[in-house]
Amino acid sequence: MISALFLMNSKGEVLISRIYRDDISRGVANAFRLEVIGSKETRSPVKLIGSTSFMYIKVGSIYLVGVSRQNVNACMVFEVLHQLVELFKSYFDNLDEDSIRNNFVLVYELLDEILDFGYPQNCSTDVLKLYITQGQGKLKSLDKLKQEKISKITIQATGTTPWRTPDIKYKKNELYIDVIESVNLLMSAEGNVLRADVSGQVMMKCHLSGMPECKFGMNDKILMDKERAGGQARTTRRGNGIEIDDITFHQCVKLTKFDTDRTISFIPPDGEFELMRYRTTEHINLPFKVIPIVREMGRTRLECSVTVKSNFSSKMFGTNVKVLIPTPKNTAVCKIVVAAGKAKYMPEQDAIVWRIKRFPGDTEFTLRAEVELMASVNLDKKTWSRPPISMEFQVTMFTASGFHVTFLKVIEKSNYTPIKWVRYLTKNGNYQMRI
Amino acid sequence: MSDSKYFQTTKKGEIHELKEELLSQREDKKKEAVKKVIAAMTVGKDVSMLFTHVLNCMQTHNLELKKLVYLYVMNYAKNHPDRAILAVNTFQKDASDPNPLIRALAVRTMGCIRVDNITEHLCEPLRFCLKDQDPYVRKTAAVCVAKLYDVNPELVESQGFLAILNDMLGDSNPMVVANAVAALTEIDEVSKHEIFRINQNNLNKLLAALQATTEWGQIFILNALCKYNPESSQEAESVCERVTPRLQHANSAVVLSSIKVLMKYMNSIHNNDVVRALCKKMAPPLVTLLSKEPEIQFLGLRNINLIVQKRPEVLQYEMKVFFCKYNDPIYVKMEKLEIMIMLANEKNIEEVLLEFKEYATEVDVEFVRKAVRAIGRCAIKIDRASEKCIQVLLDLITTKVNYVVQEAIIVIKDIFRKYPNKYEGVIATLCANLESLDEPEAKASMIWIIGEYAERIDNAHELLNSFLEGFKDENSQVQLQLLTSIVKLFLKRPKDAQQMVQTVLNLSTQESDNPDLRDRGFVYWRLLATNFEAAKAIVLSEKPLITDSTSHLEDSLLNELINNISTLASVYHKPPETFVTKLKGLKRGGLRGVRDEDEDEEPEYVDDDNNNISNTMSPQNSQQGYGQQQQQQPQGPQKTGSLIDLDLSDLNFGSPVNNNQMTGGYGQPQQQQQQSPNDLSFLGGGGGRGGPSTPPKVNKVLVYGKEPNHQNIVISGAFTRFNGRISLELNLLNTSQISMQKFKIQFYQNYFGITPADPILSCGSLEPNQQTDISIPINTTGASSPQMNPVIDMCIMVLPSQERFYFKITFPFNCLLTENGPLDKESYLSMWKSIPELNERSRDIPVRVQFNPDSILKSLASKNIFEIVRKRVGNQEEISFLSCKTENSIYILLELTFNYQTNICRCVSKTTSPDIMALFEHTLEFLINNPY
Repeated sequence: MISALFLMNSKGEVLISRIYRDDISRGVANAFRLEVIGSKETRSPVKLIGSTSFMYIKVGSIYLVGVSRQNVNACMVFEVLHQLVELFKSYFDNLDEDSIRNNFVLVYELLDEILDFGYPQNCSTDVLKLYITQGQGKLKSLDKLKQEKISKITIQATGTTPWRTPDIKYKKNELYIDVIESVNLLMSAEGNVLRADVSGQVMMKCHLSGMPECKFGMNDKILMDKERAGGQARTTRRGNGIEIDDITFHQCVKLTKFDTDRTISFIPPDGEFELMRYRTTEHINLPFKVIPIVREMGRTRLECSVTVKSNFSSKMFGTNVKVLIPTPKNTAVCKIVVAAGKAKYMPEQDAIVWRIKRFPGDTEFTLRAEVELMASVNLDKKTWSRPPISMEFQVTMFTASGFHVTFLKVIEKSNYTPIKWVRYLTKNGNYQMRI
Repeated sequence: MSDSKYFQTTKKGEIHELKEELLSQREDKKKEAVKKVIAAMTVGKDVSMLFTHVLNCMQTHNLELKKLVYLYVMNYAKNHPDRAILAVNTFQKDASDPNPLIRALAVRTMGCIRVDNITEHLCEPLRFCLKDQDPYVRKTAAVCVAKLYDVNPELVESQGFLAILNDMLGDSNPMVVANAVAALTEIDEVSKHEIFRINQNNLNKLLAALQATTEWGQIFILNALCKYNPESSQEAESVCERVTPRLQHANSAVVLSSIKVLMKYMNSIHNNDVVRALCKKMAPPLVTLLSKEPEIQFLGLRNINLIVQKRPEVLQYEMKVFFCKYNDPIYVKMEKLEIMIMLANEKNIEEVLLEFKEYATEVDVEFVRKAVRAIGRCAIKIDRASEKCIQVLLDLITTKVNYVVQEAIIVIKDIFRKYPNKYEGVIATLCANLESLDEPEAKASMIWIIGEYAERIDNAHELLNSFLEGFKDENSQVQLQLLTSIVKLFLKRPKDAQQMVQTVLNLSTQESDNPDLRDRGFVYWRLLATNFEAAKAIVLSEKPLITDSTSHLEDSLLNELINNISTLASVYHKPPETFVTKLKGLKRGGLRGVRDEDEDEEPEYVDDDNNNISNTMSPQNSQQGYGQQQQQQPQGPQKTGSLIDLDLSDLNFGSPVNNNQMTGGYGQPQQQQQQSPNDLSFLGGGGGRGGPSTPPKVNKVLVYGKEPNHQNIVISGAFTRFNGRISLELNLLNTSQISMQKFKIQFYQNYFGITPADPILSCGSLEPNQQTDISIPINTTGASSPQMNPVIDMCIMVLPSQERFYFKITFPFNCLLTENGPLDKESYLSMWKSIPELNERSRDIPVRVQFNPDSILKSLASKNIFEIVRKRVGNQEEISFLSCKTENSIYILLELTFNYQTNICRCVSKTTSPDIMALFEHTLEFLINNPY
């Protein structure tokens, strides 16, 4: 199991250490500093030094390091580290050296609660905020809470729905659903799609009273086929089902139920949370198509023409569109002509950055640029590696996968009808075109 | 609300002030003071002297203050076992507090205090808490049993806690069940008895809890399920059915642990349709791991590597998801590449090759090399793709990027080994790039190609001759290959190479220090001198074809790793007992032997037979050698010992004398070599329970600050060697009034070229009265001045900003001895003979410790002085032959004669640079009389 956790700054100085087991001492942080932070050649997030294993992530300037001398479940350690970051962020907004120093008592307290003898116990903010109240002046100190109340907390913290307390009340019951899709694309220089996939997220914000049972429906092909086969085909449902490769759910979703009949049912935590993530690879509508032509004319000149075409209905539009066209390191001057938006050569990024604030549907724009290169002084035979063109964008009320929410039922004792809102947004993931 | 102010109290007398504050009557004052104490503890200051005072604050109803005090007690109880007992009373009281959070806190903290007289008092409260009505207390108590077991297993067993834990598997609260499972699993791993057995009865309890507990609890239960061997195919199926829904969990560790269970239980399922369905279900979650954080992707990929080896069908159609993204971290790219090679087949090879070609133009050199190598491995793996692969490689060679060309040549050589006489057409292109080769491996590959195809390369003799000119400066790999290739050329085209072969044989046998090269030179020489035709038959014999087995682990290892999916073992691709010191499994490790010790995480490409088979005589011949050795072996130590009498000096060049003697001692030395790394790893393991941290403890000696004129700083330190690295461990204590910073260190120029790897010390600033431990890595690559006498004392200075402090530290000679010191018998012999008699020294070392050669030699081996062979002479003497090698590659050969009567160890030694011997003997005497 995890023997210790260290929070270090980028120099490898220990900010906070919490040792859970006797098999290591604080001194191992030194080994980590020398072997990992100090060495430029470290190429893996897991490092074995002697018989001590270090697993680490870096967030901003902070290293979070899990240490073990056993054959620990490494994946679990990384999950803990990542969840720890989220947890810290929810307690004190950003995670850096100052915020850790400013909250060191709280950090100790959290670390004490999250892991016991190196076994993860609970990393969920919803639960921890019930009884770790340090630094949150508003909340009543636990000392003043009544005995029954504390028992309620402990029972909830260890029970089957630790993420929700039963006594939540809202005047207005509301429910917001955000479907956010990130499109990943890798296109070859010849314009063939090497791989395209969508990873989607269903974010939910619940302002619901009591202990509501929710059922969530989407146009999942398997489910729809099943219903059809069962003779429940409803002609009113629009569109076709989409093929979802894989789904992962928030811990509140009853997985066994999903496994048997593919219904997504859950008692939601209060406030914002990520209900599910999904992944599709079939029939993806790429919102933008890019046709790049980059020619190296001799050793000192480069010509490029990049055409971007929007591939959605003209009623919609893309926002914050940004195209990053890489140029060689020895670029001297760029002459750029664009049909829309603004384009500029950014030497620090080694790229021409083309921004279009509003990109209407079903249109195309072209950028033409002449790049002059400095004659390279050193006789470095290495050619320019031609990194891919990458793109950023957002398109609202559009899903690249065709995903849509078909229903959301809320069942609660008091029988209220919540107001529901659904939004869709498609944005870029890793959207790259080789040149 | 900022706590950072607590860090800012560095003024003098602060301890005193803190004491006052801690004694305050007001709770908030106390809390402030404890926070300051904790802040000081956090930055590494020693505040243990406040123990009693802090302890006084323990009896409070303020939960926040209580937690802080507990934290302090946990940290310092070990230093004050006598006073820690004072806390017991409060602990016991808290353990029966009406507030469940306080009860749990008390049990949790008490378990962390590893002081014997406290653990005794823990038993009663623990027993109550295990049966507490509050689940939060019960789940904490369950873990506490594991803590207690770690300190005092007998106590836990005698108190019957293990039975209670087993009962807890039926607890109504799923989290309690999960923690009980975690505790039992861990105790079972180290216990001598089986204390946690999953049977049909508790299996169902676990499966029920699996659906209801937290994500972490699910992981504990899934891990435990892997311990169970299903009794029937149906049972396995039903467990899998209960586990598969977990594949949809957002937590990757739950997903991977579920996959581990499925992979294991699948072996027991007879129905192939079910197995197929399960495989199909596993694929999407595995792919989903690749869209998680990069670290999780890396872990996923390492495990996918195993899963694909075991069940290739799982991901056979998923090639595209492993394509590298331009901005993937390098460690993800490397793993993806490996899996792409594994999944490549005739259908997808074109697509894959296009990708590899793309990667070969990227920036990261190591990645580019691996991509080029990947093309070669695909060529070897897929017969029908070899032509396309060659074409891609030729395209890459035209880029003229130096390291791409070199790597391409290396892989093309391998392709030649797999498809002999098929692609000679490309040789011309390769030869055109001769001058760009500067890496030994690429050079050796090219030379091999020239030698192998000498009859078809018109100017082969010119090409080889151009390499021969710089023979002496070449790496030994190149030298060996050049020797072989010239001999091949000579056999094929005697006229062109007569002069060259003479030169190269002379160079190899007379002017080289490398025993391998000399031996190989002699073999060829004799072979050529005796029978030209026989030489031809042997040297130019048909070589076995190579296959690509780089990515394949041995079955038993693979199965073991599959059972360890998601754990560190699956990341390292090594069984747990090779890197975990505390396991009862260590005993099991004996069965597995030393196999994995030298196994690299990324085994090198299979081409090493390239150096051996093509050059060492014919297989039959070498087998003879082995056979002979086996016959000799049983004749006992006397015979083996006499190898020193063999006289190689009469083996004059050109006249092969006694071949039997040459092949004299194969076999055993290899055993030796395997054992020694094993020993090392044992030593490197560090102490098991409660032992020191990774490197062994170093006894630092006070070196500065002992004399009256020494002011401002106290320095103690010592040199040490650990895991092949030398370091200087220093402890600095600032005794001045001002803070010191910007420490630098410098060594006087010395005989061995010992210098710090980085002159700037990474200890930041040192406040008055603060002390710090630093470990300074040492190189032996500094400027060395051979004129100077080799001395043991190193003069060193440390400079903080302006001031300089000079001091001396004894440098133990054995720190210079490397781990690759062991020699095999022949090398030892030939080296002994090659060193002139003049260099021989002898000295009697009185043994003042217990006279036991076994333990003395074992202790020497731990200091990198390795025994090669030992023999007994008469009743009173035992002679042991040893070798060691210094950082600057000087071998020291020893003959130690232990005389049981006189308790004297006579040391006869030989080495090429005798000036270090006095020093060495001094060290040896010290080592013998101070074992370990």
